[in-house]
Amino acid sequence: MDLDIGQYINIFVEEAKEHLQNMNDVLLELEKDFSHIESINEIFRVAHTLKGMSGTMGFHNMANLTHEMENVLQAVRSNEVKISENIIDILFECFDALDSSVGTIINTGVESSDTNEPLISKLRNILNDENEIERNTEVETKDKIDGFIMEAVNKAKNEGLFIYKIDFTLSESCMLKSARAFIVFSTLETFGEIIYSNPSVEDIEDEKFDFRFSVIIVSANKKSDILKELNQISEVEKIDLSDFEIEDYREEIIVNETKTIDTKLPKNDKSEKASQGNQGKVGKTVRVDIERLDNLMNLVSELIIIKTRMDDLSEKTTGEGISETIEYLERITTSLHDAVMKVRMVPIERVFNRFPRLVRDLSKELGKEISLEMSGEETEVDRTVIDEIGDPLIHLIRNSIDHGIELPADRLKNGKEEKGIVVLKSYPDGNNVVIEVEDDGKGLDHNAIRKKAIEKGILDEKEAENLSVEDSINLLFEAGFSTSEVISDVSGRGVGLDVVRSKIEAINGNIEVVSVQGKGTKFIIRIPLTLAIIQALLIKLSHEIYAIPLSSITEIVNISKSQIRDVQGQEIVLYRGMTLPIIRLKDVLDISDNDEKEDLIVVVVKKGEKQAGLIVDNLIGQQEIVIKSLGKYLSGVKYLSGATILGNGKISLILDVNSLI
Amino acid sequence: MTDTIDNKYVVFKLEKEYYGIPISKVISIEKMEESTRIPNAPSHVKGVINLRGEVISLIDLRLKLNLKPKEINNNTRIIIVSDDEVLAGLIVDSSSEVIEIDKEVIDNTPVSSDNEYLSYVYGIGKLTDRLIILLELSKILEY
Repeated sequence: MDLDIGQYINIFVEEAKEHLQNMNDVLLELEKDFSHIESINEIFRVAHTLKGMSGTMGFHNMANLTHEMENVLQAVRSNEVKISENIIDILFECFDALDSSVGTIINTGVESSDTNEPLISKLRNILNDENEIERNTEVETKDKIDGFIMEAVNKAKNEGLFIYKIDFTLSESCMLKSARAFIVFSTLETFGEIIYSNPSVEDIEDEKFDFRFSVIIVSANKKSDILKELNQISEVEKIDLSDFEIEDYREEIIVNETKTIDTKLPKNDKSEKASQGNQGKVGKTVRVDIERLDNLMNLVSELIIIKTRMDDLSEKTTGEGISETIEYLERITTSLHDAVMKVRMVPIERVFNRFPRLVRDLSKELGKEISLEMSGEETEVDRTVIDEIGDPLIHLIRNSIDHGIELPADRLKNGKEEKGIVVLKSYPDGNNVVIEVEDDGKGLDHNAIRKKAIEKGILDEKEAENLSVEDSINLLFEAGFSTSEVISDVSGRGVGLDVVRSKIEAINGNIEVVSVQGKGTKFIIRIPLTLAIIQALLIKLSHEIYAIPLSSITEIVNISKSQIRDVQGQEIVLYRGMTLPIIRLKDVLDISDNDEKEDLIVVVVKKGEKQAGLIVDNLIGQQEIVIKSLGKYLSGVKYLSGATILGNGKISLILDVNSLI
Repeated sequence: MTDTIDNKYVVFKLEKEYYGIPISKVISIEKMEESTRIPNAPSHVKGVINLRGEVISLIDLRLKLNLKPKEINNNTRIIIVSDDEVLAGLIVDSSSEVIEIDKEVIDNTPVSSDNEYLSYVYGIGKLTDRLIILLELSKILEY
């Protein structure tokens, strides 16, 4: 058994994560609206599923904790316990504990030994405190009968028909309960009309019932006839046929009518379990290992390359229909390429959905009221981007809440709403995805930044005086420029924005800041849709072709050789009133070919705020390229970030601008 | 099964000697093709090639083993090898065959700390008609 478990761990982890995310979402919902009974039901379901899953896997601590959660939630559902902030906080703690358990399982494959004792006793206390509220489960288990049925019953009576109530119990060994029930129903329909069934026909069809169900039927036949037929059906353990008496139910009807405000509660635990399988929010998906997708992607890239080769060949040969065939091939490969790309895309929701919780916790911790407004969660990006973008966003949101948004009292003083707003927005923009983190806080204080820059020795006083607003904002991204002391006095984690920027640049993205003092700050992140394919400029050095990622190119300028000055061994040119260091790519890349022309082509590239001019021989043009790793063997090689395969099958190297500057 | 695979070696020639690499580490044998130079790499790195969509670095085994360089000709082959996630192509003079060498006929190389060449060799296979120098692949694949 132990051996078998291993292969299920991945499935367990994936599913557990999904369920936990769901629980998190619903908890947040519940916190906003205590009366939302559906949320409680949902949390209950998730806890129940997790209990089952972890029990099966032998993760007993998880199973125990979810079991205790279930108890509390059950009590809430049955109105024994009133939901309160305290309970929600405890539930959040449970969520955290479960989340970290899953984390431990991911890392080690086994459950941590933490039994969550304090948390379990907290859960138990909730129940003990509210013990005095009495139970009334009786009503719940009885049939609910509404006015419509009453009418039907009365009508049938007037017409001299019989009304029977039949309780069925299927045998425990019955495998296809709904199919069995269907046979029962179709048999009954030969005798008359079924006016009521409990559970509902839909639920029975979906197998959302225990082994028992009951129906009320209007029929002209005698009891014995019906029973005779019904007894023929196999796998039915017990049939209880009785005359239906309205009086027996009248009282109940009244009770039920007042109770209809409650949403339908499942009758008992077992039927709950039966409903689990069908009620998950998960759509029709297949989980695929990312490696398989990578493989598929490689094959498609290869197909594209072959196609280009065939294109070349077709120009030389003059066979009938060759060009049409190749055109057709081209169409197919293009759509195949698109399809594979899409498979790798996941909605950015995967990252966004952990932020409501983050904001909630931070606002509690800092005593600020904050509402998080998210939009564009459905925007899709490559799976690899998703993994990388989470941390930078957390940094930015923290920053916004910690340093951006003022305390409620200050906000009122400044004529703002007490509640601060953080907007998280995502939308596609060409081959990029834009993510914005915006707050309506106090904005950046340029003077404070200037002062700080002088203090840190980044600028001298004169430089600081001439510093433009934009440049001062950009200073925030410098390493070692801790923002906390500058922007706010509220102590916080000194989040280094330089880390944020380097992370985003590592995935070929960039970040900008727009800030109005007193009004708020907006961070705009632009990341490529996918990491596998980028836009690049192909350039020629002697006879070698190199690719420079377009995202790091500012512009291309022509200069003449005489404009280059030598300043202490570093060649520079004056460019837009700035000194631009010149890098002779041929020297750097060890190309010995010295026929230097008088007019030079300079590709201006940037790394954050730093710029440099790369001297190239020729420009070939802009092209979408598939990035390939150089492999582990060449991982240490300088100035290159990868390779790409050109249309003719040759490899061209991608320059790593960051290491060049 | 594993036993028989462990015994098999891909044998190729460099200068006048025969060399062997365990067949389990060999992915394929390719003809020489034009490669893309890698700037600032050691001289034995002969650039990269596109092998069915994969970028493979080429190692000139002659240079790696400090032998005399040789012009590429029609017999030149690339042996694509993989060891511990490192994928590379070894340029050899020619590749002839796959042969079985039993453990019993393999002599370990004398341990010698100052001989670089010997550090790439882990044993000599003594066959009836010739000697086969068995290479320590992990050492060769060190950058």
